[in-house]
Amino acid sequence: MKYAYYPGCSLSSTGVEYDISTKKVAKSLGIELWEIPEWNCCGASSAHLTDHLLALALPARNLAIAEEKGLDVAIPCAACYARCKATEVEVRNSKEMQETISAVIERQYTGKSQARALLDVFVNDLGLESINTLVNKPLKDLKVVSYYGCLLVRPPKLGFDDAEDPQSMDKLIEALGGTPVDWAFKTECCGAAHATTKSEVGFPMIEKILTAAKETGADCIATACPLCMSNLDMRQTQVGAKYGQNYSLPVFYFTELMGIALGINPQELGISKHFVDVSGIVKKLNEAAGRRDTA
Amino acid sequence: MKRVGVFICHCGTNISAAVDCEKVAENAKSFPGVAYSTDYKYMCAEPGQELIKKAIKEQKLDRIVVASCSPRMHEPTFRRCIESGGLNAYLLEMANIREHCSWVHPDDKERATIKATDLVKMAVAKVMQNEALVRSTIPITKRALVIGGGIAGIQAALDIANTGHIVDVVEKEPSIGGRMAQVDKTFPTLDCSACILTPKMVDVANHPNVNLITYSEIEKVEGYVGNFDVTIRKKARSVDLKACTGCGTCIQKCPTKVPSEFEMEMMDRKAIYTPFPQAIPNKPVIDRENCRYFKSGKCGVCQKVCPTNAVDFTQEDELVTERYGAIVVATGFDLFDESVYGEYGYGKYKDVITGLHFERLLNASGPTMGKIKRPSDGKIPQNVVFIKCVGSRDEAKGKAYCSKTCCMYTAKHATLVREKIKDSNAYVFYMDVRTPGKGYDEFYTRTTDQYGAKYIRGRVSKIYEKGDKLIVWGEDTLLGRPVEIEADMVVLATAMVAKADAAKLAQMVGFSYDQNHFYTEAHPKLAPVETHTAGVFLAGACQGPKDIPESVAQASAAAVKVCGLLSKEEMPTEPIISAVNEAICSGCGMCVPVCPYTAIDLKVIQERIHGKTVSRKVANVNSGLCQGCGACTVACRSAALNLKHFTNEQILAEVDALCL
Repeated sequence: MKYAYYPGCSLSSTGVEYDISTKKVAKSLGIELWEIPEWNCCGASSAHLTDHLLALALPARNLAIAEEKGLDVAIPCAACYARCKATEVEVRNSKEMQETISAVIERQYTGKSQARALLDVFVNDLGLESINTLVNKPLKDLKVVSYYGCLLVRPPKLGFDDAEDPQSMDKLIEALGGTPVDWAFKTECCGAAHATTKSEVGFPMIEKILTAAKETGADCIATACPLCMSNLDMRQTQVGAKYGQNYSLPVFYFTELMGIALGINPQELGISKHFVDVSGIVKKLNEAAGRRDTA
Repeated sequence: MKRVGVFICHCGTNISAAVDCEKVAENAKSFPGVAYSTDYKYMCAEPGQELIKKAIKEQKLDRIVVASCSPRMHEPTFRRCIESGGLNAYLLEMANIREHCSWVHPDDKERATIKATDLVKMAVAKVMQNEALVRSTIPITKRALVIGGGIAGIQAALDIANTGHIVDVVEKEPSIGGRMAQVDKTFPTLDCSACILTPKMVDVANHPNVNLITYSEIEKVEGYVGNFDVTIRKKARSVDLKACTGCGTCIQKCPTKVPSEFEMEMMDRKAIYTPFPQAIPNKPVIDRENCRYFKSGKCGVCQKVCPTNAVDFTQEDELVTERYGAIVVATGFDLFDESVYGEYGYGKYKDVITGLHFERLLNASGPTMGKIKRPSDGKIPQNVVFIKCVGSRDEAKGKAYCSKTCCMYTAKHATLVREKIKDSNAYVFYMDVRTPGKGYDEFYTRTTDQYGAKYIRGRVSKIYEKGDKLIVWGEDTLLGRPVEIEADMVVLATAMVAKADAAKLAQMVGFSYDQNHFYTEAHPKLAPVETHTAGVFLAGACQGPKDIPESVAQASAAAVKVCGLLSKEEMPTEPIISAVNEAICSGCGMCVPVCPYTAIDLKVIQERIHGKTVSRKVANVNSGLCQGCGACTVACRSAALNLKHFTNEQILAEVDALCL
């Protein structure tokens, strides 16, 4: 199994541990990731607020490079994925747009090479059964709420899962030996950049998600988006202070939990980069594994 | 020498505002074969028709072109007109210079006039090729079939039976009654649904002209208007209807409990059961999939306790074939699968239910004896949230259409919540409130003003459980802010959708359905109960979402159509059908699968060639079934098939007139 890999800017900055864990896990699962050489910014929200063509042309260049290699593109970041998917679909549905974009980026892109969310690749291409057979340190007794965020499974017609009540990450957690905890905030908006630019709007949104997650009794949150991670992890103490709460709720990229379950040393997965202390969970899992080994 | 008369209609100003009608009439005089040409303000009106008749006589016209509106509008009018003027009805040709010309080119009179002239020229060329066609007749079987025993089917059957015709009602379920039997109260009068339905059920069951065939399905339909041969599968009931007295002892003693479909699975029934207490026939049926005897061979309690020996485990499905003159299709509707709305958690949260569940909760013979209680814990809910348009008017996840009944039944539900539960709150999330119907808007106004239901304009984005409450997030778009309601119960006004097997039945009987699998009426305004297949009529929600009054009205309308048909001994057939030129037909059979009405089969003919008798196959068109669509003429490689009145030669004459 081979995919072009588009990490996007977050994965080389705030979300570097997402990049590290993705690469480690892919290697461990036997998935070859070919990082798109000289990839450029996906445009994120800035481009599509500025100019429609720009918003399509930026991801199209990356997709075109993958298409030349005949590869689909695996994309960890939910926002990058959404922009790339939108481009792919628009190009595929309009010959005219395809020609315009190809002229702008000076490359051929026909929409043949598809943008795929990394979660989708793991769950639907590799499959939960295959993943399960490779687990050697199951996430025993670990209660996890899966947080998909607003972009990963949307828009409904393009998504790989139910847009309002998605299941794929929950099923993945189960395949890793963990206990997925159902909750109603899977696709609730984390406030995105509002936490930075308008905290009076952003913080209450983060508060709702963290409170709901805490109320389920889960040990941690799993996510698939670097911005969600920033808001839920980096801002957690700040938001907690504002609302008089001490959440102490670790947040993981789902790839990190995969890595741990596959037996990769947690430190090698970059979990030391987290703001909320995850050592308790790592210890708990190690103890469980230890008990299993000695038993 | 053929003498064509051309009559150009102004249609008031509908045509003459965009087309110079006098000029068209003048131009027509020069077309080959035209002996007379004139124009008039309203050709369809009495003086216009007289004008035509007079001209036929005085000018010795033998074929007529009328240039006016669409033939769908007035072709029958002008056919009758020239018939009474002494000509064969099929020696008429219409040029549509209204819908095809004046209405679409209102701003360019010069070119519209040229186009109208061309259309007339084509019609003249065609009418020159027209031949007199003679309608034949077919006998009519004086017996009607109603498929579906809900309120629409019952009403249609009663109306037909009351005129003295025999009607068979085929119902798939063990009892007639349909959806209306599940409903508690009816809007806008709040009278009890059962109280008005069950007398009708009894009437239809006791009517000397009606045969109820319950627990049965249509297996095959052959034939055509006046003579449909219908095979009905009578499913094995395992109970002898003649011997059974309906005492119910078997039901009491049956040890197997199964969730009741009628009670929306909120209550159990037995494996031998009647769907509801007022069922007709009020005699049980054994659900073989769940019956202990059929599953394991043990039990047989029902047979042992039956005082009349009516339980018969050896019964088998029975196929009967009957001939009918007309068919009324009244198969009803299903509910949309609301589990596609992940955000509402239907199926996940027990207290998120559909409107039909709520009807059963309201019903005195339902699972809660008419007390509104939560399915999860039996508590009486204080805050009930209603969400409208779940699956309706939602192209992204559901259906594009409006389900029409939900605004009213939700208003009814909200009223009943406020009436039955002290200090309760009824919140209704809506997109629009649509209440066009007699007494409907007044009912809605009472719901808000007198009963104090709280209507919130906006959609619900999420429902989740918190403790024993359901937290409902939505938007109040009038206030422009989000709302959050702690609800005890949420009721979804689910879309009405076509029956899952609607398409299958339509294909079997041979009529058309739309993209939503609702059955298509022959004309949305002027033929709302007919289908495109002669002799097949529609009633109730199988044609589109409908409430009870509308279903009943349509059922009575369908009954009138059936009676009109059955009142005759025989009926004339449309002569515009395919004809086979057996001399050039190779018998390849390409036309057989192409025909949407199964009107073509192959027959063997015998010919004498060089003194020897040779038999070979040729296509054979059943004149009763052929609807004149012309599909076969396109498929025919040797042009042996030709559609009368639209022959290849006639069409080509039109093309030549325009292009040469």
